[in-house]
Amino acid sequence: MSLLRHSAVELLAQLASGQTTSVALTEAYLGQIKQHDPQVKAFLRVDPQRALDRAAEIDQRRRQGEPIGRLAGLPVAIKDLLCTQGEPTTCASKMLEHFKPPYDATVIARLKAADAVLIGKTNMDEFAMGGSTENSAYQKTANPWDLARIPGGSSGGSAACIAAGMAAMAVGSDTGGSIRQPAGLCGVTGLKPTYGRVSRYGLVAFASSLDQIGPLARTAEDAAQLLEVLAGHDPLDSTSVNIPVPKYSQTVKQPLKNLRLGLVREHFGQGLDGEVEAAVRQAVEVYRSLGATVKDVSLPHARFGVATYYIIAPCEASSNLARYDGVHYGHRTDEKELLAGLAAERTALEAAGRHAEVDALDNPLVRMYRQSRAEGFGPEVKRRIMLGTYALSAGYYDAYYLKALKVRRLIRKDFDDAFQDVDLIVGPVTATTAFKLGEKINDPLSMYLVDLYTVSANLAGIGGIAFPCGFSAAGLPIGLQLQAPPFEEERLLRAAHMFQQATDWHRRYPALVS
Amino acid sequence: MTKPYTVIIGLEVHVQLLTRTKLFCRCSTTFGAPPNTQTCPVCIGMPGTLPVMNRAAFDLALKTAVALNCQIAPFTKWDRKQYYYPDLPKGYQISQYDLPFSHDGFLEISDPKNRFEAKKIGIIRAHLEEDAGKSIHDEVAGQADSRIDLNRAGTPLLEIVSQPDMRSAIEAKAYLSELKLLLTYLSVSDCNMQEGSLRVDANINLHVDTPAGKVATPIVEVKNMNSFRAVERAMEYEADRLWQEWQETQQRLGDVPKQTRGWDDVADVTRAQRHKEESSDYRYFPDPDLVPVRVSEAEIAAARQSLGELPADLRHRLERTHGIKPYDSDVMVSAGRGLVDYFVELAELCGDGKLASNWVQQDVMRTLNEQKIEIEQFSLRPPQLCALLKAIQEGQLDTSRAREVFIEMVASGKSAAEVMKAQGIEKVDENELVELCKELIAANPKIVADIRSGKLQAAGNLIGQAKKKNPNVHPGRLREIVIDLVGKM
Repeated sequence: MSLLRHSAVELLAQLASGQTTSVALTEAYLGQIKQHDPQVKAFLRVDPQRALDRAAEIDQRRRQGEPIGRLAGLPVAIKDLLCTQGEPTTCASKMLEHFKPPYDATVIARLKAADAVLIGKTNMDEFAMGGSTENSAYQKTANPWDLARIPGGSSGGSAACIAAGMAAMAVGSDTGGSIRQPAGLCGVTGLKPTYGRVSRYGLVAFASSLDQIGPLARTAEDAAQLLEVLAGHDPLDSTSVNIPVPKYSQTVKQPLKNLRLGLVREHFGQGLDGEVEAAVRQAVEVYRSLGATVKDVSLPHARFGVATYYIIAPCEASSNLARYDGVHYGHRTDEKELLAGLAAERTALEAAGRHAEVDALDNPLVRMYRQSRAEGFGPEVKRRIMLGTYALSAGYYDAYYLKALKVRRLIRKDFDDAFQDVDLIVGPVTATTAFKLGEKINDPLSMYLVDLYTVSANLAGIGGIAFPCGFSAAGLPIGLQLQAPPFEEERLLRAAHMFQQATDWHRRYPALVS
Repeated sequence: MTKPYTVIIGLEVHVQLLTRTKLFCRCSTTFGAPPNTQTCPVCIGMPGTLPVMNRAAFDLALKTAVALNCQIAPFTKWDRKQYYYPDLPKGYQISQYDLPFSHDGFLEISDPKNRFEAKKIGIIRAHLEEDAGKSIHDEVAGQADSRIDLNRAGTPLLEIVSQPDMRSAIEAKAYLSELKLLLTYLSVSDCNMQEGSLRVDANINLHVDTPAGKVATPIVEVKNMNSFRAVERAMEYEADRLWQEWQETQQRLGDVPKQTRGWDDVADVTRAQRHKEESSDYRYFPDPDLVPVRVSEAEIAAARQSLGELPADLRHRLERTHGIKPYDSDVMVSAGRGLVDYFVELAELCGDGKLASNWVQQDVMRTLNEQKIEIEQFSLRPPQLCALLKAIQEGQLDTSRAREVFIEMVASGKSAAEVMKAQGIEKVDENELVELCKELIAANPKIVADIRSGKLQAAGNLIGQAKKKNPNVHPGRLREIVIDLVGKM
């Protein structure tokens, strides 16, 4: 069997036993990238030599019996919004085309300390805003199962590269579903941890109170390995929680006894695709067959999730993205052109005798802000900055932001209530399988509704996991989502592993993985 | 003459707290380093970075608020104040909006010259925020380049907002002086206005007496005042200007938008600053990167414990224990804790608070000024100075000779006894003095006649003659003897 079809856990065992080397593994992935990424476009940047050098160095340390990290030699792909010291970190935005952070994100430092081989930076929706990875300023990533379809987003590059056998594991971020949704659409396993479980230091912020970094991988066991490296308190992030990190990689194999699953009544309404519903119900039967009990639960405020999310996330985004003003960070418009343009406008207005408009002309600084931001941000980012700026404005704050915060608390309370009776909530990740590239690009509202089943976990701050539970007649993956009470990532991983022991949906590969 | 209006002044003071490191990162806060050398990814707002609160800064702020008699909120949070400016790298300032950590306190002010009655100035709130960087506008050779120095960005600032409780420029200055003194005693800020560690904005308007009752004029905000004296002058100027304006326009509060004016220290006037019609919308919202701060009763009690003796209490103690006047206690307390300690030691050693107070305020403070040193570096310690004061108390020398001895003690480092011996100063025997007086009376019948006729000042001539014969004679005692002897003639 090709190396590309092995899980990360299997590969770590092969590396440890000397059955393979990091160089061989890295070469295999680089080969796959070279062959197929021109079509898939999962990566924004790959530095083969650098990855191979790093792999060789780790192989050598292993041969010499030196201590090595827990992911030693394993190629890992990184979503391009995590700061990597001295290397571009673009957030798939023109704004940050030339940004090279002088520091590593905490999770990058942890991966380096674990001796992972960072194989490349993956494509995403610009500043993580989107659900299809079509909002990248650089390229559109394709779904490896059908290159005419989207991989989901915003961590579409990270999900697609796992599905396409281009990396052993990948790191993504999830603000409203950005790990789980592409994992579901690409047929891989993706976990969004509880807010505060993983340090956000070095994650270029989209919506600070919702963003959380997490693993994308082939299996729940793989995700457990990666999460164990990523998770933990960080003194540089005061919102990271100081509680011990369980040994996910060990406990993941323990099946859950007397598992109580909750099926959310509201998840099975209008809009849910029949094939998706059938696969999800079939998955629930698998759990039943493994000894789980299933009962209906209600999340009465879930229907306000998307509306609430699209107030809170843009509000925070409008503030977080204010720093890209062309002064310190980000694209700056051409100064000569700017001044020449202003002078021409002035001359024209004066010639026309429109003196009031001359007085109202931007000063060069303001024009520099306007023009730099107009040129640097894509349309979806601009849309959200405007939404957020509006919602935070005097006179609207109470009606929008404050009300959204109140609904957010109700959504959290729904989960708390539901988890009184059940251990996990089970349901679909998305209402449909992957849609076609370009299908929703001009319909932002229907694009926003893609987050329907995932945003509530971010609003409530709880964890969730997505993994494949079937395929549509067209051969597209269907995802199952589990959600757990805060800091119960262990439960999510164990439950997902139970399922993956009983099924083989996660071991299916698209045609391009030979 | 009573003016037909009342001046209403409220002050907003920003003080940089004396922490070693910034409010949300670990960069140094030292003033004067080369531009952009005291920065890190966090304080320059680099993408991906996160702030982490410096507890030391919060504790200093807490201490100050407790000293200002403020209520301390058990729960406080951080908000983002959003605006674009090149020296604000994140596009927002981390501040506190609707839940400041302290509110509703007061500061008591009084005037040793009694130009106003002692009063309490209310404190609306004191909150903590980060400072912005500095823009340096360089227009040399028409280059019009602006440079940005972010060393200051992230320095902890305490904003103290007073109630509009001040009724004159003098009260405003007194409030600032007392506040600065308090902050200095607490060691929470160096309050250096030149270095920008203390900045003042003022809000002022008038309540004009009219037949229909008091009428408030529009409020004006005055900025750019770089010294307490400037605040005083700006407030005097602005009160007069507002009175003129009222007489011309009859505009009341609410008729026009709030105006911002800048103080021109050279021209001695305030000038209107450009402002937009709509008030700026800072779009405050809670900073999701920071966790709220909880303050326990125990922490508030500990802050209170750490205050030490504050200026107002210290003044009262000096007046009570050492019998000095409010004016004198004010001068010494304002000169700092070190000087007060020096005075107290001296007063206790010599047992005469008034004498000690005079010497400390005049000779000691003058010497400190001349030598440009602090009291701690002053070579003459209280026991040595006390020896000189004792000699005065015992009549060995008068104040003017003592002053000469003092100067020599400071210059040479010798003791009072050594200097006096070297200058041949010793107490003259009482009998010797009486003999001398008899001689002079015999030799100066005309002067004696003058004294007898009531011109007591004529004795001065005899004292002068006596000092020529023996420089050690104590003029006061000599005068007493002369008058006594003449009276018996």
